[in-house]
Amino acid sequence: MQTTLAHLKRGETAVITDVSSTQIPLKLLEMGCLPGNQVELVQIAPFKDPIYLNINGSHLAIRKETASHILIEKLSHE
Amino acid sequence: MSKQINVALIGNPNTGKTSVFNALTGLYQKVGNYPGITVEKKEGICKLPRGVKAHIIDLPGTYSLNASSLDENVVIELLLNKKGKDFPDIAIVVSDVENLKRNLLLFTQIKDLEIPTILVINMADRMSRKGISLDIPFLEAELKTKIAVVSTRKNEGIEQIKELIANYKDQSTTPCLNASEIDSAYFERLQQVFPNQLLYKLWLVITQDANFGKTDRNEFDAVADFKTKSKTDLKRLQQKETIKRYQFINNTLKKGQTIDPSQATDLRAKLDRILTHKVWGYVIFFFILLLIFQAIYDWSSIPMDFIDSSFASLGEWVKNSLPAGVFTNLLAEGIIPGLGGVVIFIPQIAFLFLFISILEESGYMSRVVFLMDRIMRRFGLSGKSVVPLISGTACAIPAIMATRNIESWKERLITILVTPFTTCAARLPVYLIIISLVIPEGTFLGLGYQALTLMLLYLLGFATAICAAYVLDRVMKLKSKTFFVVEMPNYKMPLFKNVALTVLEKTKSFVFGAGKIILAISIILWFLASYGPGEHFNEAESIMTEKYASVNLSQEDLDHKIDSYKLEHSYIGIAGHAIEPVISPLGYDWKIGIAIVSSFAAREVFVGTLATIYSVGSDQEETIKNRMAGEVNPILGGPLFNFASGISLLLFYAFAMQCMSTLAIVKRETNSWKWPALQLFFMTGLAYVTALIAFQVLK
Repeated sequence: MQTTLAHLKRGETAVITDVSSTQIPLKLLEMGCLPGNQVELVQIAPFKDPIYLNINGSHLAIRKETASHILIEKLSHE
Repeated sequence: MSKQINVALIGNPNTGKTSVFNALTGLYQKVGNYPGITVEKKEGICKLPRGVKAHIIDLPGTYSLNASSLDENVVIELLLNKKGKDFPDIAIVVSDVENLKRNLLLFTQIKDLEIPTILVINMADRMSRKGISLDIPFLEAELKTKIAVVSTRKNEGIEQIKELIANYKDQSTTPCLNASEIDSAYFERLQQVFPNQLLYKLWLVITQDANFGKTDRNEFDAVADFKTKSKTDLKRLQQKETIKRYQFINNTLKKGQTIDPSQATDLRAKLDRILTHKVWGYVIFFFILLLIFQAIYDWSSIPMDFIDSSFASLGEWVKNSLPAGVFTNLLAEGIIPGLGGVVIFIPQIAFLFLFISILEESGYMSRVVFLMDRIMRRFGLSGKSVVPLISGTACAIPAIMATRNIESWKERLITILVTPFTTCAARLPVYLIIISLVIPEGTFLGLGYQALTLMLLYLLGFATAICAAYVLDRVMKLKSKTFFVVEMPNYKMPLFKNVALTVLEKTKSFVFGAGKIILAISIILWFLASYGPGEHFNEAESIMTEKYASVNLSQEDLDHKIDSYKLEHSYIGIAGHAIEPVISPLGYDWKIGIAIVSSFAAREVFVGTLATIYSVGSDQEETIKNRMAGEVNPILGGPLFNFASGISLLLFYAFAMQCMSTLAIVKRETNSWKWPALQLFFMTGLAYVTALIAFQVLK
């Protein structure tokens, strides 16, 4: 199912499909947020923002605003 | 043998780069600034085998060569400027074994610059715990480099790095991939226009504003078709470049690295669950703050009392044992009390930096940023503003410099503007002495009134900072992108050596930085207070003797009258009287006025100034507190330092922008006089008005 990273729930994993929006800072790509990489939502901060991600072993936090520009394909939960 | 090998230490943040630096240089290091900017420059000397020395620069941590901050710019400028004196003979890229993939991105970029490069894989002690194994010979071949596997924690592998530095001439300079494939036509044409330049260097110049070697830059810009692509196209190409590099890295690591996930322990997840919990996360953060304040106030009071009394007796000793004269007086009444006023801060500053560096080193600070971002954003700040606001309780200067990693300019600017409201260590001596004079000693619910007052002042500082941020957020019409990326590093036991060196170095720079100003001011003040114009000052003795001739005064009382008459007609007394009309509505006399004016340089000067003013001409070894308690209000009578004027002074110091160094830093960080001027005007205005209201209501 095609959606954005902002819609991922805690504990879910997905594959990043597109990061071409100019709203996404280059720094994020450099930290490993690239198409084809797997992303896991580790934790959501209190008040629902920001979100804490594990992208292929790289742990980082971003705001939902940015996450909503990152397209993903959800993986069915095993 | 005279030439030193220039070494640049490069790496992502949180890779233990500084630990490697400390391991290589030990105590042979110094911290300064890069010329013209406030970015910290750490350099040190490393002794290599066979008597060779290496000059090592620890560059600011960066994720790539695409700079997005002043600190990161330093890295590019140093690496691109071949003629610079710090241009490295060899680059050491430090990476952390758990994030090798991400760390290698920067490595491949450095390799493209064709500088001899070696790769250090740090934190090797974690490998078995995380189930990681590496095929080093394979990686060395693929990455075209020598690799040193290092554990700074266990002090392993450092000798290997030294050996590699010594043989820097043998290190490969071949890039490990061809990034220009992302748009061959474009890059070929670029190379044709500049046949003598390195392609990757050209690419960095096109995409960044790096200001390496002025002449080079102008030469490039002079050529018309240097920039043929739009900004969006360039950004797309940068994205492609990043993807390309990662493809190479993924392929390499697929063969050269194996990770057995069953070996990995899950400490990180467990700790995260508690430390970023929606209730426990905040409770734990609150208790950590409480612990820090407890340390700063309670634990540091023992060494502080000791320092205080030592300086008092030192001054006394100098006065009694050196031959009487101008120099002895200057030493005992000007310099020693002035210096004592700086040295007394050392315990507090050291404690604060101790805690901050432990929180940073352990990885906890990122969790606080994560936890606080949503709340802080409501006030126009960022989660990353928490670090400056906490560091601001030590000193606003490092705090303002710590705002650099805030990506949004508006959030960063607001943080810079409000940080000086937090109660910095320099306000503390002012608070402490006034509280001890005007707040009674009783207790309320087991807490002393005096301690409560102090806590209220801290809360007032934070609350004002937050409210000011809220107002600024509404008022300022600044459009800026609000992205926010924080790395959540693994939890680590802080390395004692790193923490100790940070504390030592920060304390040293505070003492010498503030010390110079305070020393200069106390000498000037002593002269101004010890000399005066005209007959009132010079004939003070005969005037007073004549005046009190009819009254039978003891010699001691008469001397005291003479001294205070002299002070009143000294240069400083005249200046003080001139500003008295402005400050008397706040409940202050001319002596406090002088202290306020001189403490514009730095708040802590206030106590030092009063100490100097009151000790000029006085023989008794008396604490400054007793002298202040004896002062009488010239207009209203009664003690000068009473509840109303005391509260008024506390409020004045809570709000006023009494720190030249902070203004200078704000100017540098915002690159304009507009913001520091605004700060000075509004903060001091607010201070004056609240102090005025407080005194008029309470008197």
